[in-house]
Amino acid sequence: MSLAQEHPIGRPPRIGGLLSYQAKMRLLPFAYVAPAIALFALLMLYPMLAVLRYSLLDRAITKRDAAFVGLDNYQTILTDPVFWQAIGHTLYFTVLSVIFHLLLGLGFALMLNSDRVNPTIRNILRVLYILPWLFTVVIIAIIWRLLLDPEGVVNGVLMSLHIVDFKVEWFSSSSTALHAVTFVNIWAGYPLYMVSLLAGLQGIPRDLYEAASIDGANAWQKFWNVTIPQLAPIMISVALLDFIWTMQVFALVWMTTGGGPIYATEMLSTYTYKLAFSRYQFSQASASAVVILILSMSMTYFYIKHQKAR
Amino acid sequence: MKRRYLSRAALPTVLIHVGLAIGLVFAVFPILWMFFASLKSNTEIFTLPPQLLPKQFTFVAYLAIFHDSTKLRFFFNSYLVAGAVSVLTVLIGIPAAYAFSRFSFRFKHALNVFIISTQTVPPITLLIPYFGMVVTFGIFNTYFALILTYLVFTLPYAILLLTGYLNTLPRELDEAVLVDGGTSWSALWRVIVPLSVPGVVATAVYTFLLAWNEFLFALTLTKSDDMRTVPIGIELLMGQHAFEWNQMMAMSVLGSLPLLLIYLFAQRYFLAGMTAGSVKA
Repeated sequence: MSLAQEHPIGRPPRIGGLLSYQAKMRLLPFAYVAPAIALFALLMLYPMLAVLRYSLLDRAITKRDAAFVGLDNYQTILTDPVFWQAIGHTLYFTVLSVIFHLLLGLGFALMLNSDRVNPTIRNILRVLYILPWLFTVVIIAIIWRLLLDPEGVVNGVLMSLHIVDFKVEWFSSSSTALHAVTFVNIWAGYPLYMVSLLAGLQGIPRDLYEAASIDGANAWQKFWNVTIPQLAPIMISVALLDFIWTMQVFALVWMTTGGGPIYATEMLSTYTYKLAFSRYQFSQASASAVVILILSMSMTYFYIKHQKAR
Repeated sequence: MKRRYLSRAALPTVLIHVGLAIGLVFAVFPILWMFFASLKSNTEIFTLPPQLLPKQFTFVAYLAIFHDSTKLRFFFNSYLVAGAVSVLTVLIGIPAAYAFSRFSFRFKHALNVFIISTQTVPPITLLIPYFGMVVTFGIFNTYFALILTYLVFTLPYAILLLTGYLNTLPRELDEAVLVDGGTSWSALWRVIVPLSVPGVVATAVYTFLLAWNEFLFALTLTKSDDMRTVPIGIELLMGQHAFEWNQMMAMSVLGSLPLLLIYLFAQRYFLAGMTAGSVKA
């Protein structure tokens, strides 16, 4: 590690080698980040360029000398009705997930932060309410496949309450599958909001509420004019991140419906995956993957802008 | 008049308790159902009316898994891959975080933005070129393929978390080492890292969980049963024996064990990881 050689304060620097002391000092931090940068170059920058190149070839990966075809693959993708269906499903899934994650996360956080509840109970519930977040997506998927099985407990309960009168095939009927998958994702994702907002609630200075009381604000006004504005930056940044990640959903859909029945729950990621690894259309899949990347990155732009403003 | 005042004050309290009770059922019931289903015989799982508790507790599902070397191999693979990823992530992440915390250098800001934005790159976009690369390098269906590709989503997260932690340690610590004639490299490993144990543990733990949960890369970059991880093992079980629900539930309980244990015994670290730009793969 010759670059890491530094000179003690107060002693004249020994100038040796090809580089001056100043040059070494300038390069030193780069030596520390070099392994990380090398990895990112190999596993992030190069693959992004590669996928872009694949998307412009006729038969990437499967053909040795694939020919350049310009934007043909993009045209194929963008004129495929299933692709637009996948966009619609992904949007529905993502928007509903984010809204309900936020509502549930905020609701639970407020209740768990309430002085009206015994602190011991609050602490126990806090631990239990996070549980859905702990489970791997695959495990969440199969828990819910068991619960929502036509013969399963959800139908059993709903039928005994006469809410439904037949065994609903939640994941395999095209009228319910998308809602069912979205519901499962809502169940699995709210704890991140809850934990972040609980931390946020505890960070709101008490004087703000006291000042509001002096001004004669009621509980609702305090909530609307103190709590919500104080939590807004956290809500926005968690919601943006959640939006980006939810948009990329794969495992949950793959393990519950596989994108079906027919295309009823096809998402951008399952659509792309099938193009690549079931139909071996790597070039078309790459075009679709580039579209997903562009969508994600445009959301990331807002996320970073928001993080900087905070 | 007095009674009316009391009941009006009590109403929100009652509503909150009702809300919390509903929330509790919503959050916990599916998990309890999984747990007890793993202790049922397969024929008992779909009995009507549905029963949460098994009429007869049985460990047949667990025994079946423990006697099946293919399934045990899934667990071995998951521990190995997640363990290796978490060690490598910390080893590469610490120096990078140190540079971000202690030095100012050209492109530092741009690099920081780059690292934050890598967290949001869609895995499916990287998967196609990874598949091409892994085949080209001849590492398809190896541990190495998984360990290498997992680093791409664990490392950004680790650098952010560790930088945050190192920023809390006073700079005088490194300066003391430099005054004594040491290098910043030795200041890092002899002074800073030993003081950063909580931050390093939190990073390692969360990295382990990210790798343990990964699905898409493991599904695509491995092929044979002896290279599959737990999530893929469960997926295979689902395809092969669609009706052995008790075994799938037992597998899920065993597959959730590392997360549950870490959560119970190191909740602080877990929550630190979850909120510090947590990535759920």
